[in-house]
Amino acid sequence: MAKSTFREFTKGLWSEVPPYRLVLGLCPTLAMTKQVDMGFGMGLAVTFVLVGSNVLISLLRRVIPKNVRIACFIVVVATFVIVVELLMQAYTYELFLKMGIFIPLIVVNCIPLGRAEAFCYKNGVLRSFADGLGMGLGYTISLTVLAIIREVFGNGTFFNQPISFLGPTFQPYAFMVTAPGAFVFLGLMLCIMNMLGKK
Amino acid sequence: MREMLKLFVVVTLFGAISGGILAGVRAGTQERIEYQQIKFVKGPAILQIMKGCSNDPLTTRFKIKDGKDERSFFVGVFEGKPNVVAFESTGKGYGGNLDIMVAVNVDKDEIVGVGVTTHRETPGVGARVQSDPKFAIQFRGQSIKEPFKVKTEGGKIDAISGATVSSRGVTGAVVSSGEIYNRLKSNIVEKMKSVKS
Repeated sequence: MAKSTFREFTKGLWSEVPPYRLVLGLCPTLAMTKQVDMGFGMGLAVTFVLVGSNVLISLLRRVIPKNVRIACFIVVVATFVIVVELLMQAYTYELFLKMGIFIPLIVVNCIPLGRAEAFCYKNGVLRSFADGLGMGLGYTISLTVLAIIREVFGNGTFFNQPISFLGPTFQPYAFMVTAPGAFVFLGLMLCIMNMLGKK
Repeated sequence: MREMLKLFVVVTLFGAISGGILAGVRAGTQERIEYQQIKFVKGPAILQIMKGCSNDPLTTRFKIKDGKDERSFFVGVFEGKPNVVAFESTGKGYGGNLDIMVAVNVDKDEIVGVGVTTHRETPGVGARVQSDPKFAIQFRGQSIKEPFKVKTEGGKIDAISGATVSSRGVTGAVVSSGEIYNRLKSNIVEKMKSVKS
């Protein structure tokens, strides 16, 4: 039992990592990876929502009738999202301003709803918790990695601090922080992940 | 029928509980959110129009009831005396409401500065009422009681070319700030006395 719970946790980190393997939650992956703090913040927000909604839905899975399960899932997910939004307004207001509309949009992000439908409605609390935590952390790492690549080379900064190892003559590739750049580098990440995943 | 009833009950309960939780979280975070908004949204404008004051206007503030609303006032200490007060006022811009901060010298009823805090104007066009310092500076030193108008309407405020509606919005907001000031002046002076210089 303990071993399978652990496997539910680790699958979110590598073999089923949301944006690159499941190809879910791409909208924030494209828009929120311009800067590392945005990507990291988005990842943590999604992790919080995922863990919360996973645990709650799996606890309530015998109460929720099958015909209205999606409506119930959305209510649970939306509640957690608004809690995150309020907390971010109260404690990390600058990040909240930068991320703007993408925080409420976590509601329609496919990851929490997808996990609820595909996993938590059929599995126990502990396994759902492990699944949510793994998926959330996998998502955070994915976004942070992409954001590091884009911010360092596209803007010449890291966490909004200028970095020096690229040398004084370094000119940032501004294309990388634009919207088309997001598509290109997300595509390259998917490509690398597919190559690594090939057996 | 029983099945139907169960659906109703479950969904209603979900909605009600979630609403209750959210109301609780909101009540718990409201005060902090208000402070953060003052600091990050209104803060830059307040500090800009009160340049040269010797205190922190963001923390030296008080509230006055104005009809149903409560208005926040930020006090600036100049040359050892707390004689400048900044407060918010709203006008109609091109893209929606336009909020401005007006700083007024209470001794002379004179405008010290005008700064735009939040707006929905067109970037690069109407948004220049916030970024172009030449526009807002026209109000400096004028009496707050004056009914300002842009030049095309027979007034003396130079509108930003291409952004007449936005300019008119700011001008209108300054006029309504004059109304607020007249309405509440006695209360403001009263409260200012208790501010330490």
